[in-house]
Amino acid sequence: MSAFPGMAEGFPDLSGMPAARRAHWGRWLSALLILLVLLAIGRAFARGQIEWAYVARFLTVPVIVDGVVNTIVMSVLAMALGIVLGVLVAVMRLSPNPVLTAVAVGYTWLFRGTPLILQLLLWFNLALVFPTIGIPGLWSGKAVDIMTPLVAALLGLGINQGAYTSEVVRSGLLSVDAGQYEAAQAIGMGHMRALRRIILPQAMRVVLPPIGNEFISLVKATSLASVIQYPEVLHAAENIYYANSRVIELLIVAGLWYLLVVSILTPLQMLLERHFSRGAARVRR
Amino acid sequence: MTRPLVAVRSAVKLFGSYQALKDVSLDVHAGQVLCLVGASGSGKTTLLRCINQLVQLDSGGIWLDGELLGMRQHGGKLHRLSEAEIIRQRLKTGMVFQRFNLFPHKTALENVIEGPVQVQGRKPAEARTAAMELLHRVGLEEKAGSYPSQLSGGQQQRVAIARALSMRPKLMLFDEPTSALDPVLVGEVLAVMKELAREGMTMIVVTHELAFAREVADMVVYMDGGRIVEAGLPDQVLGAPQEARTRAFLSAVLG
Ligand SMILES: Nc1ncnc2c1ncn2[C@@H]1O[C@H](COP(=O)(O)OP(=O)(O)OP(=O)(O)O)[C@@H](O)[C@H]1O
Ligand SMILES: [Mg+2]
Repeated sequence: MSAFPGMAEGFPDLSGMPAARRAHWGRWLSALLILLVLLAIGRAFARGQIEWAYVARFLTVPVIVDGVVNTIVMSVLAMALGIVLGVLVAVMRLSPNPVLTAVAVGYTWLFRGTPLILQLLLWFNLALVFPTIGIPGLWSGKAVDIMTPLVAALLGLGINQGAYTSEVVRSGLLSVDAGQYEAAQAIGMGHMRALRRIILPQAMRVVLPPIGNEFISLVKATSLASVIQYPEVLHAAENIYYANSRVIELLIVAGLWYLLVVSILTPLQMLLERHFSRGAARVRR
Repeated sequence: MTRPLVAVRSAVKLFGSYQALKDVSLDVHAGQVLCLVGASGSGKTTLLRCINQLVQLDSGGIWLDGELLGMRQHGGKLHRLSEAEIIRQRLKTGMVFQRFNLFPHKTALENVIEGPVQVQGRKPAEARTAAMELLHRVGLEEKAGSYPSQLSGGQQQRVAIARALSMRPKLMLFDEPTSALDPVLVGEVLAVMKELAREGMTMIVVTHELAFAREVADMVVYMDGGRIVEAGLPDQVLGAPQEARTRAFLSAVLG
Protein backbone atom coordinates (compact mmCIF):
# COMPACT_ATOMS: atom_id res chain seq x y z
CA MET A 1 0.00 0.00 0.00
CA SER A 2 1.36 3.39 -0.93
CA ALA A 3 0.52 6.04 1.62
CA PHE A 4 -1.16 9.32 0.80
CA PRO A 5 1.09 12.02 2.21
CA GLY A 6 -0.12 13.95 5.26
CA MET A 7 -3.42 12.12 5.98
CA ALA A 8 -5.52 13.61 8.81
CA GLU A 9 -6.05 11.59 12.04
CA GLY A 10 -9.39 10.79 13.70
CA PHE A 11 -11.06 8.55 11.08
CA PRO A 12 -11.56 4.97 12.35
CA ASP A 13 -10.59 1.95 10.23
CA LEU A 14 -13.82 0.41 8.86
CA SER A 15 -12.22 -2.36 6.79
CA GLY A 16 -13.55 -5.79 7.60
CA MET A 17 -16.55 -4.57 9.63
CA PRO A 18 -19.71 -6.53 8.61
CA ALA A 19 -22.77 -4.72 7.21
CA ALA A 20 -25.91 -5.08 9.38
CA ARG A 21 -29.11 -6.38 7.76
CA ARG A 22 -31.76 -3.73 7.48
CA ALA A 23 -35.16 -4.59 8.93
CA HIS A 24 -37.71 -3.49 6.34
CA TRP A 25 -40.63 -2.99 8.75
CA GLY A 26 -42.59 -0.93 6.24
CA ARG A 27 -42.41 -3.65 3.62
CA TRP A 28 -43.58 -6.39 6.00
CA LEU A 29 -46.44 -4.29 7.24
CA SER A 30 -47.69 -3.28 3.79
CA ALA A 31 -47.40 -6.87 2.52
CA LEU A 32 -49.46 -8.06 5.47
CA LEU A 33 -52.13 -5.43 4.89
CA ILE A 34 -52.42 -6.26 1.21
CA LEU A 35 -52.66 -9.97 2.03
CA LEU A 36 -55.51 -9.30 4.45
CA VAL A 37 -57.40 -7.25 1.90
CA LEU A 38 -56.93 -9.95 -0.75
CA LEU A 39 -58.18 -12.62 1.67
CA ALA A 40 -61.25 -10.54 2.46
CA ILE A 41 -62.03 -10.07 -1.24
CA GLY A 42 -61.45 -13.77 -1.91
CA ARG A 43 -63.77 -14.72 0.93
CA ALA A 44 -66.45 -12.40 -0.32
CA PHE A 45 -66.32 -13.96 -3.79
CA ALA A 46 -66.27 -17.50 -2.41
CA ARG A 47 -69.38 -16.83 -0.35
CA GLY A 48 -71.11 -14.67 -2.95
CA GLN A 49 -73.72 -15.82 -5.43
CA ILE A 50 -71.24 -17.48 -7.75
CA GLU A 51 -71.47 -21.11 -8.78
CA TRP A 52 -67.80 -21.93 -9.30
CA ALA A 53 -68.78 -25.29 -10.71
CA TYR A 54 -70.33 -23.48 -13.68
CA VAL A 55 -67.16 -21.51 -14.21
CA ALA A 56 -65.13 -24.71 -14.34
CA ARG A 57 -67.64 -26.40 -16.63
CA PHE A 58 -67.98 -23.58 -19.16
CA LEU A 59 -64.27 -22.76 -19.25
CA THR A 60 -63.65 -25.40 -21.93
CA VAL A 61 -66.93 -25.83 -23.77
CA PRO A 62 -66.44 -25.74 -27.57
CA VAL A 63 -68.29 -22.43 -28.09
CA ILE A 64 -66.02 -20.66 -25.61
CA VAL A 65 -62.84 -22.27 -26.97
CA ASP A 66 -63.88 -21.30 -30.52
CA GLY A 67 -64.45 -17.80 -29.20
CA VAL A 68 -60.94 -17.72 -27.73
CA VAL A 69 -59.48 -18.88 -31.06
CA ASN A 70 -61.47 -16.18 -32.86
CA THR A 71 -60.24 -13.58 -30.38
CA ILE A 72 -56.62 -14.60 -30.95
CA VAL A 73 -57.02 -14.76 -34.74
CA MET A 74 -58.63 -11.31 -34.82
CA SER A 75 -56.00 -9.83 -32.49
CA VAL A 76 -53.13 -11.12 -34.61
CA LEU A 77 -54.68 -10.10 -37.94
CA ALA A 78 -55.73 -6.65 -36.73
CA MET A 79 -52.33 -6.02 -35.14
CA ALA A 80 -50.57 -7.10 -38.34
CA LEU A 81 -52.73 -4.69 -40.32
CA GLY A 82 -52.17 -2.03 -37.65
CA ILE A 83 -48.39 -2.40 -37.77
CA VAL A 84 -48.25 -2.31 -41.58
CA LEU A 85 -50.44 0.80 -41.65
CA GLY A 86 -48.64 2.32 -38.67
CA VAL A 87 -45.18 2.02 -40.20
CA LEU A 88 -46.45 3.28 -43.54
CA VAL A 89 -48.21 6.28 -42.02
CA ALA A 90 -45.28 7.14 -39.71
CA VAL A 91 -42.90 7.11 -42.68
CA MET A 92 -45.35 9.23 -44.71
CA ARG A 93 -45.69 11.65 -41.81
CA LEU A 94 -41.92 12.23 -41.71
CA SER A 95 -41.45 12.33 -45.49
CA PRO A 96 -40.41 15.58 -47.15
CA ASN A 97 -43.50 15.37 -49.39
CA PRO A 98 -46.22 17.66 -47.91
CA VAL A 99 -49.04 15.71 -49.58
CA LEU A 100 -47.99 12.48 -47.88
CA THR A 101 -47.59 14.30 -44.56
CA ALA A 102 -51.08 15.75 -44.83
CA VAL A 103 -52.61 12.35 -45.64
CA ALA A 104 -50.84 10.85 -42.63
CA VAL A 105 -51.98 13.60 -40.28
CA GLY A 106 -55.55 13.33 -41.57
CA TYR A 107 -55.65 9.57 -41.12
CA THR A 108 -54.44 9.73 -37.53
CA TRP A 109 -56.83 12.57 -36.73
CA LEU A 110 -59.86 10.77 -38.14
CA PHE A 111 -59.33 7.34 -36.63
CA ARG A 112 -58.10 8.47 -33.24
CA GLY A 113 -60.79 11.09 -33.02
CA THR A 114 -63.83 8.79 -33.18
CA PRO A 115 -64.81 5.91 -30.88
CA LEU A 116 -63.70 2.46 -31.98
CA ILE A 117 -67.17 1.01 -31.45
CA LEU A 118 -68.60 3.63 -33.80
CA GLN A 119 -66.02 2.75 -36.44
CA LEU A 120 -66.89 -0.94 -36.11
CA LEU A 121 -70.58 -0.19 -36.56
CA LEU A 122 -69.85 2.00 -39.59
CA TRP A 123 -67.80 -0.69 -41.34
CA PHE A 124 -70.42 -3.32 -40.56
CA ASN A 125 -73.21 -1.13 -41.92
CA LEU A 126 -71.29 0.08 -44.95
CA ALA A 127 -73.92 -1.54 -47.15
CA LEU A 128 -76.35 1.21 -46.17
CA VAL A 129 -74.05 3.76 -47.84
CA PHE A 130 -72.58 1.70 -50.67
CA PRO A 131 -74.84 -1.18 -51.69
CA THR A 132 -72.17 -2.48 -54.05
CA ILE A 133 -68.43 -2.07 -53.62
CA GLY A 134 -65.51 -2.99 -55.84
CA ILE A 135 -62.89 -1.74 -58.26
CA PRO A 136 -64.57 -0.17 -61.34
CA GLY A 137 -64.20 -2.39 -64.41
CA LEU A 138 -62.36 -5.13 -62.54
CA TRP A 139 -64.52 -6.59 -59.86
CA SER A 140 -67.47 -5.71 -57.68
CA GLY A 141 -69.80 -7.34 -55.20
CA LYS A 142 -72.65 -6.68 -52.84
CA ALA A 143 -71.51 -4.92 -49.68
CA VAL A 144 -73.68 -7.09 -47.42
CA ASP A 145 -71.88 -10.19 -48.67
CA ILE A 146 -68.42 -8.69 -48.36
CA MET A 147 -68.78 -6.92 -45.02
CA THR A 148 -69.02 -10.05 -42.92
CA PRO A 149 -68.46 -9.61 -39.18
CA LEU A 150 -64.90 -10.85 -39.68
CA VAL A 151 -64.05 -8.37 -42.44
CA ALA A 152 -65.75 -5.47 -40.67
CA ALA A 153 -64.01 -6.27 -37.37
CA LEU A 154 -60.63 -6.63 -39.08
CA LEU A 155 -60.99 -3.31 -40.91
CA GLY A 156 -62.37 -1.50 -37.89
CA LEU A 157 -59.79 -2.78 -35.40
CA GLY A 158 -56.80 -2.82 -37.79
CA ILE A 159 -57.31 0.64 -39.24
CA ASN A 160 -57.94 2.12 -35.81
CA GLN A 161 -54.86 0.33 -34.48
CA GLY A 162 -52.81 1.71 -37.36
CA ALA A 163 -53.58 5.26 -36.25
CA TYR A 164 -52.23 4.60 -32.76
CA THR A 165 -49.31 2.47 -33.94
CA SER A 166 -48.22 5.17 -36.38
CA GLU A 167 -47.59 7.55 -33.49
CA VAL A 168 -45.64 4.89 -31.60
CA VAL A 169 -43.53 4.17 -34.69
CA ARG A 170 -43.05 7.88 -35.32
CA SER A 171 -41.68 8.39 -31.81
CA GLY A 172 -39.30 5.51 -32.48
CA LEU A 173 -38.13 7.06 -35.75
CA LEU A 174 -37.59 10.40 -34.03
CA SER A 175 -35.50 8.72 -31.33
CA VAL A 176 -32.85 7.68 -33.87
CA ASP A 177 -29.99 10.16 -34.11
CA ALA A 178 -30.01 12.27 -37.28
CA GLY A 179 -26.35 11.29 -37.78
CA GLN A 180 -27.50 7.75 -38.53
CA TYR A 181 -29.50 8.94 -41.54
CA GLU A 182 -26.54 10.99 -42.77
CA ALA A 183 -24.15 8.08 -42.34
CA ALA A 184 -26.55 5.89 -44.33
CA GLN A 185 -26.73 8.51 -47.07
CA ALA A 186 -22.96 8.87 -47.05
CA ILE A 187 -22.53 5.20 -47.98
CA GLY A 188 -24.96 5.71 -50.86
CA MET A 189 -28.31 4.69 -49.43
CA GLY A 190 -31.48 6.33 -50.71
CA HIS A 191 -34.25 7.53 -48.42
CA MET A 192 -36.23 4.27 -48.38
CA ARG A 193 -33.23 1.99 -48.05
CA ALA A 194 -31.84 4.08 -45.17
CA LEU A 195 -35.19 3.82 -43.41
CA ARG A 196 -35.47 0.09 -43.94
CA ARG A 197 -31.88 -0.96 -43.19
CA ILE A 198 -30.70 1.62 -40.65
CA ILE A 199 -33.44 3.73 -39.07
CA LEU A 200 -36.35 1.29 -38.58
CA PRO A 201 -34.27 -1.50 -36.98
CA GLN A 202 -32.97 1.00 -34.42
CA ALA A 203 -36.43 2.47 -33.89
CA MET A 204 -37.77 -1.03 -33.15
CA ARG A 205 -35.91 -1.11 -29.87
CA VAL A 206 -37.79 1.95 -28.66
CA VAL A 207 -41.07 0.98 -30.30
CA LEU A 208 -41.46 -2.56 -28.98
CA PRO A 209 -42.49 -1.90 -25.35
CA PRO A 210 -45.34 0.46 -26.31
CA ILE A 211 -46.34 -1.85 -29.19
CA GLY A 212 -46.64 -4.65 -26.64
CA ASN A 213 -48.90 -2.35 -24.69
CA GLU A 214 -50.96 -1.66 -27.80
CA PHE A 215 -51.27 -5.35 -28.57
CA ILE A 216 -52.58 -6.10 -25.09
CA SER A 217 -55.13 -3.30 -25.46
CA LEU A 218 -56.13 -4.70 -28.83
CA VAL A 219 -56.70 -8.23 -27.47
CA LYS A 220 -59.25 -6.74 -25.11
CA ALA A 221 -60.65 -4.32 -27.70
CA THR A 222 -61.62 -7.30 -29.88
CA SER A 223 -64.46 -7.74 -27.35
CA LEU A 224 -66.05 -4.65 -28.90
CA ALA A 225 -66.50 -6.65 -32.11
CA SER A 226 -69.22 -8.59 -30.29
CA VAL A 227 -71.55 -5.68 -31.18
CA ILE A 228 -71.20 -6.57 -34.85
CA GLN A 229 -71.72 -10.29 -34.24
CA TYR A 230 -68.09 -11.33 -34.53
CA PRO A 231 -68.01 -14.60 -32.53
CA GLU A 232 -65.12 -13.77 -30.19
CA VAL A 233 -64.97 -15.05 -26.63
CA LEU A 234 -67.10 -12.36 -24.97
CA HIS A 235 -69.76 -12.77 -27.65
CA ALA A 236 -69.74 -16.53 -27.01
CA ALA A 237 -70.06 -15.98 -23.26
CA GLU A 238 -72.97 -13.58 -23.79
CA ASN A 239 -74.77 -16.05 -26.03
CA ILE A 240 -74.50 -18.69 -23.33
CA TYR A 241 -75.71 -16.50 -20.48
CA TYR A 242 -78.65 -15.23 -22.52
CA ALA A 243 -79.74 -18.88 -22.50
CA ASN A 244 -78.85 -19.97 -18.97
CA SER A 245 -78.69 -16.65 -17.05
CA ARG A 246 -75.32 -17.52 -15.45
CA VAL A 247 -74.08 -14.01 -16.18
CA ILE A 248 -71.28 -13.60 -13.63
CA GLU A 249 -69.96 -17.13 -14.11
CA LEU A 250 -69.61 -16.68 -17.86
CA LEU A 251 -68.07 -13.23 -17.52
CA ILE A 252 -65.49 -14.78 -15.20
CA VAL A 253 -64.84 -17.50 -17.79
CA ALA A 254 -64.20 -14.86 -20.46
CA GLY A 255 -62.07 -12.83 -18.05
CA LEU A 256 -59.86 -15.82 -17.23
CA TRP A 257 -59.27 -16.46 -20.91
CA TYR A 258 -58.29 -12.84 -21.57
CA LEU A 259 -55.84 -13.02 -18.66
CA LEU A 260 -54.32 -16.21 -20.04
CA VAL A 261 -53.91 -14.84 -23.57
CA VAL A 262 -52.35 -11.61 -22.31
CA SER A 263 -50.00 -13.52 -19.99
CA ILE A 264 -48.62 -15.49 -22.93
CA LEU A 265 -47.81 -12.29 -24.81
CA THR A 266 -45.35 -10.90 -22.26
CA PRO A 267 -42.58 -13.51 -22.71
CA LEU A 268 -43.02 -13.28 -26.50
CA GLN A 269 -42.42 -9.55 -26.29
CA MET A 270 -39.27 -10.12 -24.23
CA LEU A 271 -37.88 -12.42 -26.93
CA LEU A 272 -38.51 -9.79 -29.61
CA GLU A 273 -36.96 -7.06 -27.47
CA ARG A 274 -33.83 -9.13 -27.01
CA HIS A 275 -33.55 -9.57 -30.77
CA PHE A 276 -33.78 -5.84 -31.49
CA SER A 277 -31.46 -4.75 -28.69
CA ARG A 278 -28.43 -6.19 -30.50
CA GLY A 279 -25.45 -3.96 -29.95
CA ALA A 280 -27.23 -1.66 -27.54
CA ALA A 281 -25.36 -0.80 -24.37
CA ARG A 282 -27.80 -1.77 -21.64
CA VAL A 283 -28.87 0.64 -18.97
CA ARG A 284 -30.12 -2.12 -16.71
CA ARG A 285 -30.93 -5.79 -17.04
CA MET B 1 -2.27 22.44 -65.52
CA THR B 2 -4.22 19.26 -64.77
CA ARG B 3 -7.90 19.26 -63.95
CA PRO B 4 -8.51 19.28 -60.19
CA LEU B 5 -10.42 16.35 -58.69
CA VAL B 6 -12.56 18.80 -56.71
CA ALA B 7 -13.35 22.32 -57.87
CA VAL B 8 -15.58 24.54 -55.75
CA ARG B 9 -16.65 27.76 -57.46
CA SER B 10 -18.45 30.67 -55.75
CA ALA B 11 -20.29 28.33 -53.42
CA VAL B 12 -23.10 29.95 -51.42
CA LYS B 13 -25.17 28.14 -48.82
CA LEU B 14 -28.05 29.77 -46.95
CA PHE B 15 -29.84 28.56 -43.85
CA GLY B 16 -32.93 30.77 -43.95
CA SER B 17 -31.43 34.22 -44.30
CA TYR B 18 -28.15 33.19 -42.68
CA GLN B 19 -25.20 32.80 -45.06
CA ALA B 20 -23.20 29.80 -43.88
CA LEU B 21 -21.04 29.88 -47.04
CA LYS B 22 -20.35 33.15 -48.84
CA ASP B 23 -18.62 32.77 -52.19
CA VAL B 24 -16.20 29.95 -51.42
CA SER B 25 -13.88 28.74 -54.19
CA LEU B 26 -11.08 26.19 -53.98
CA ASP B 27 -9.37 23.34 -55.85
CA VAL B 28 -8.11 19.98 -54.63
CA HIS B 29 -5.97 17.93 -56.99
CA ALA B 30 -5.85 14.16 -57.05
CA GLY B 31 -3.58 12.82 -54.32
CA GLN B 32 -3.61 16.09 -52.37
CA VAL B 33 -4.59 16.59 -48.75
CA LEU B 34 -6.38 19.84 -47.96
CA CYS B 35 -6.82 20.82 -44.33
CA LEU B 36 -9.66 23.16 -43.39
CA VAL B 37 -9.23 25.14 -40.20
CA GLY B 38 -11.36 27.89 -38.71
CA ALA B 39 -13.39 28.96 -35.73
CA SER B 40 -16.64 27.30 -34.70
CA GLY B 41 -19.48 28.27 -37.04
CA SER B 42 -17.17 29.36 -39.86
CA GLY B 43 -18.79 26.94 -42.32
CA LYS B 44 -16.29 24.07 -42.46
CA THR B 45 -18.84 21.32 -41.85
CA THR B 46 -21.28 22.99 -44.23
CA LEU B 47 -18.66 22.96 -47.00
CA LEU B 48 -18.02 19.22 -46.52
CA ARG B 49 -21.74 18.50 -46.44
CA CYS B 50 -22.20 20.38 -49.70
CA ILE B 51 -19.40 18.38 -51.34
CA ASN B 52 -21.08 15.16 -50.13
CA GLN B 53 -24.52 16.51 -51.17
CA LEU B 54 -26.02 16.05 -47.75
CA VAL B 55 -27.16 19.64 -48.30
CA GLN B 56 -27.65 21.51 -51.55
CA LEU B 57 -25.81 24.66 -52.61
CA ASP B 58 -27.95 27.76 -53.13
CA SER B 59 -25.60 29.28 -55.68
CA GLY B 60 -22.31 28.44 -57.36
CA GLY B 61 -21.15 24.94 -58.17
CA ILE B 62 -18.99 22.03 -57.14
CA TRP B 63 -17.32 19.78 -59.71
CA LEU B 64 -16.03 16.37 -58.74
CA ASP B 65 -13.96 14.44 -61.24
CA GLY B 66 -15.12 16.90 -63.91
CA GLU B 67 -18.81 16.39 -63.19
CA LEU B 68 -21.09 19.11 -61.80
CA LEU B 69 -22.62 17.85 -58.54
CA GLY B 70 -26.36 17.64 -57.99
CA MET B 71 -27.37 19.58 -61.09
CA ARG B 72 -27.41 19.48 -64.88
CA GLN B 73 -27.17 22.47 -67.18
CA HIS B 74 -29.87 22.35 -69.82
CA GLY B 75 -31.41 25.15 -71.90
CA GLY B 76 -29.72 27.86 -69.88
CA LYS B 77 -31.17 26.50 -66.64
CA LEU B 78 -30.00 24.22 -63.83
CA HIS B 79 -32.05 21.07 -63.29
CA ARG B 80 -31.76 19.04 -60.11
CA LEU B 81 -30.54 15.48 -60.64
CA SER B 82 -32.59 12.45 -59.61
CA GLU B 83 -31.89 10.67 -56.32
CA ALA B 84 -30.26 7.78 -58.20
CA GLU B 85 -27.85 10.13 -60.00
CA ILE B 86 -27.00 11.96 -56.78
CA ILE B 87 -26.25 8.62 -55.12
CA ARG B 88 -23.99 7.66 -58.03
CA GLN B 89 -22.07 10.92 -57.55
CA ARG B 90 -22.01 10.59 -53.78
CA LEU B 91 -20.38 7.17 -54.04
CA LYS B 92 -17.22 8.91 -55.29
CA THR B 93 -16.77 10.42 -51.83
CA GLY B 94 -16.45 8.84 -48.42
CA MET B 95 -17.36 10.78 -45.29
CA VAL B 96 -16.06 10.42 -41.74
CA PHE B 97 -18.06 12.19 -39.07
CA GLN B 98 -17.03 13.88 -35.86
CA ARG B 99 -19.29 11.59 -33.82
CA PHE B 100 -18.45 8.43 -35.84
CA ASN B 101 -22.12 7.61 -36.59
CA LEU B 102 -21.49 3.89 -36.77
CA PHE B 103 -24.64 1.79 -37.03
CA PRO B 104 -25.06 0.60 -33.42
CA HIS B 105 -27.14 -2.45 -34.32
CA LYS B 106 -24.43 -3.85 -36.57
CA THR B 107 -21.00 -5.25 -35.75
CA ALA B 108 -17.82 -3.59 -37.00
CA LEU B 109 -17.70 -6.02 -39.92
CA GLU B 110 -21.40 -5.54 -40.72
CA ASN B 111 -20.90 -1.78 -40.69
CA VAL B 112 -18.15 -2.11 -43.27
CA ILE B 113 -19.96 -4.54 -45.61
CA GLU B 114 -23.35 -2.80 -45.44
CA GLY B 115 -22.61 -0.35 -48.29
CA PRO B 116 -20.82 -2.74 -50.65
CA VAL B 117 -23.53 -5.42 -50.30
CA GLN B 118 -26.69 -3.32 -50.03
CA VAL B 119 -25.82 -0.39 -52.27
CA GLN B 120 -23.23 -1.68 -54.70
CA GLY B 121 -24.69 -5.19 -54.84
CA ARG B 122 -21.37 -6.96 -54.33
CA LYS B 123 -21.36 -10.62 -53.28
CA PRO B 124 -21.38 -10.98 -49.47
CA ALA B 125 -18.40 -13.36 -49.40
CA GLU B 126 -16.33 -11.06 -51.58
CA ALA B 127 -17.38 -7.97 -49.59
CA ARG B 128 -16.45 -9.78 -46.40
CA THR B 129 -12.94 -10.48 -47.60
CA ALA B 130 -12.51 -6.87 -48.70
CA ALA B 131 -13.93 -5.62 -45.38
CA MET B 132 -11.56 -7.79 -43.35
CA GLU B 133 -8.69 -6.34 -45.38
CA LEU B 134 -9.89 -2.82 -44.57
CA LEU B 135 -10.28 -3.65 -40.88
CA HIS B 136 -6.74 -5.02 -40.99
CA ARG B 137 -5.57 -1.75 -42.52
CA VAL B 138 -7.04 0.24 -39.63
CA GLY B 139 -5.67 -2.33 -37.15
CA LEU B 140 -9.01 -3.77 -36.02
CA GLU B 141 -9.16 -7.20 -37.60
CA GLU B 142 -9.72 -8.84 -34.21
CA LYS B 143 -12.65 -6.49 -33.42
CA ALA B 144 -14.65 -7.49 -36.52
CA GLY B 145 -17.40 -9.10 -34.42
CA SER B 146 -17.70 -6.30 -31.85
CA TYR B 147 -20.61 -3.90 -31.72
CA PRO B 148 -19.80 -0.16 -31.66
CA SER B 149 -20.83 0.05 -27.99
CA GLN B 150 -18.05 -2.41 -27.22
CA LEU B 151 -15.36 -0.30 -28.92
CA SER B 152 -13.40 2.71 -27.70
CA GLY B 153 -13.92 6.05 -29.45
CA GLY B 154 -10.67 5.70 -31.38
CA GLN B 155 -11.60 2.18 -32.49
CA GLN B 156 -15.08 3.33 -33.54
CA GLN B 157 -13.60 6.12 -35.64
CA ARG B 158 -11.20 3.70 -37.32
CA VAL B 159 -14.13 1.40 -38.16
CA ALA B 160 -15.91 4.46 -39.56
CA ILE B 161 -12.89 5.17 -41.77
CA ALA B 162 -12.94 1.54 -42.97
CA ARG B 163 -16.67 1.86 -43.68
CA ALA B 164 -16.10 4.99 -45.78
CA LEU B 165 -13.23 3.31 -47.65
CA SER B 166 -15.36 0.23 -48.37
CA MET B 167 -17.15 2.14 -51.14
CA ARG B 168 -13.78 2.74 -52.87
CA PRO B 169 -14.17 6.52 -53.00
CA LYS B 170 -11.92 8.86 -54.95
CA LEU B 171 -12.16 11.51 -52.26
CA MET B 172 -12.32 11.21 -48.48
CA LEU B 173 -13.97 13.89 -46.36
CA PHE B 174 -13.11 14.07 -42.66
CA ASP B 175 -15.10 16.35 -40.33
CA GLU B 176 -13.07 16.85 -37.15
CA PRO B 177 -12.45 13.09 -36.92
CA THR B 178 -10.51 13.33 -33.66
CA SER B 179 -12.23 16.13 -31.76
CA ALA B 180 -14.64 13.77 -29.93
CA LEU B 181 -11.74 11.60 -28.74
CA ASP B 182 -9.64 11.40 -25.59
CA PRO B 183 -6.17 12.84 -26.26
CA VAL B 184 -4.59 9.39 -25.94
CA LEU B 185 -6.86 8.02 -28.71
CA VAL B 186 -6.24 10.83 -31.20
CA GLY B 187 -2.89 9.41 -32.31
CA GLU B 188 -4.24 6.07 -33.52
CA VAL B 189 -6.81 7.75 -35.77
CA LEU B 190 -4.33 10.30 -37.14
CA ALA B 191 -1.90 7.45 -37.89
CA VAL B 192 -4.52 5.74 -40.06
CA MET B 193 -5.18 9.02 -41.88
CA LYS B 194 -1.47 9.65 -42.46
CA GLU B 195 -1.14 6.18 -43.94
CA LEU B 196 -4.08 6.90 -46.24
CA ALA B 197 -2.49 10.16 -47.36
CA ARG B 198 0.80 8.37 -47.99
CA GLU B 199 -1.01 5.86 -50.22
CA GLY B 200 -2.19 8.78 -52.35
CA MET B 201 -5.82 9.19 -51.23
CA THR B 202 -7.26 12.63 -51.94
CA MET B 203 -8.58 14.05 -48.70
CA ILE B 204 -10.29 17.13 -47.31
CA VAL B 205 -9.82 17.24 -43.55
CA VAL B 206 -11.47 19.63 -41.11
CA THR B 207 -9.21 19.57 -38.07
CA HIS B 208 -7.75 21.49 -35.19
CA GLU B 209 -4.73 19.16 -35.10
CA LEU B 210 -2.28 21.72 -36.46
CA ALA B 211 0.73 19.40 -36.15
CA PHE B 212 -1.10 16.89 -38.35
CA ALA B 213 -1.96 19.63 -40.84
CA ARG B 214 1.65 20.79 -41.02
CA GLU B 215 2.93 17.28 -41.57
CA VAL B 216 0.35 15.91 -43.98
CA ALA B 217 -1.43 18.78 -45.73
CA ASP B 218 -0.52 19.98 -49.20
CA MET B 219 -2.78 23.00 -48.72
CA VAL B 220 -4.28 24.66 -45.67
CA VAL B 221 -7.40 26.82 -45.85
CA TYR B 222 -8.42 29.11 -43.03
CA MET B 223 -12.16 29.96 -42.96
CA ASP B 224 -14.02 32.59 -41.02
CA GLY B 225 -17.63 33.71 -41.28
CA GLY B 226 -18.37 31.52 -44.29
CA ARG B 227 -15.42 32.81 -46.33
CA ILE B 228 -11.92 31.65 -47.09
CA VAL B 229 -9.69 34.19 -45.36
CA GLU B 230 -6.35 32.65 -46.17
CA ALA B 231 -5.17 29.66 -48.19
CA GLY B 232 -1.76 28.32 -49.07
CA LEU B 233 1.01 25.93 -48.13
CA PRO B 234 0.91 24.76 -44.49
CA ASP B 235 4.10 26.61 -43.63
CA GLN B 236 2.67 29.84 -45.00
CA VAL B 237 -0.80 29.70 -43.45
CA LEU B 238 0.16 28.07 -40.17
CA GLY B 239 3.73 29.33 -39.92
CA ALA B 240 3.56 32.86 -41.26
CA PRO B 241 -0.09 33.90 -41.52
CA GLN B 242 -0.71 37.17 -43.39
CA GLU B 243 -4.16 37.92 -41.98
CA ALA B 244 -4.77 39.23 -38.47
CA ARG B 245 -7.80 36.91 -38.06
CA THR B 246 -5.71 33.84 -38.91
CA ARG B 247 -3.06 34.87 -36.41
CA ALA B 248 -5.68 35.41 -33.68
CA PHE B 249 -7.22 31.99 -34.39
CA LEU B 250 -3.88 30.20 -34.39
CA SER B 251 -2.79 31.72 -31.12
CA ALA B 252 -6.13 30.72 -29.59
CA VAL B 253 -5.79 27.11 -30.77
CA LEU B 254 -2.15 26.83 -29.78
CA GLY B 255 -2.99 28.36 -26.40
N1 LIG C 1 -29.03 22.80 -40.60
C1 LIG C 1 -28.74 24.08 -40.24
N2 LIG C 1 -29.74 24.97 -40.03
C2 LIG C 1 -29.47 26.24 -39.69
N3 LIG C 1 -28.25 26.73 -39.50
C3 LIG C 1 -27.20 25.92 -39.70
C4 LIG C 1 -27.40 24.54 -40.07
N4 LIG C 1 -26.20 23.95 -40.17
C5 LIG C 1 -25.29 24.90 -39.88
N5 LIG C 1 -25.88 26.08 -39.60
C6 LIG C 1 -25.20 27.33 -39.28
O1 LIG C 1 -24.22 27.58 -40.25
C7 LIG C 1 -23.03 28.06 -39.67
C8 LIG C 1 -21.86 27.21 -40.08
O2 LIG C 1 -22.02 25.95 -39.49
P1 LIG C 1 -20.93 24.81 -39.65
O3 LIG C 1 -21.47 23.62 -38.95
O4 LIG C 1 -20.57 24.67 -41.07
O5 LIG C 1 -19.71 25.40 -38.84
P2 LIG C 1 -18.30 24.73 -38.52
O6 LIG C 1 -17.26 25.58 -39.11
O7 LIG C 1 -18.31 23.31 -38.92
O8 LIG C 1 -18.24 24.86 -36.95
P3 LIG C 1 -17.69 23.81 -35.84
O9 LIG C 1 -16.21 24.02 -35.76
O10 LIG C 1 -18.37 24.27 -34.58
O11 LIG C 1 -18.09 22.46 -36.26
C9 LIG C 1 -23.27 28.09 -38.16
O12 LIG C 1 -23.54 29.42 -37.79
C10 LIG C 1 -24.47 27.23 -37.97
O13 LIG C 1 -25.26 27.72 -36.90
MG1 LIG D 1 -18.30 21.49 -37.84
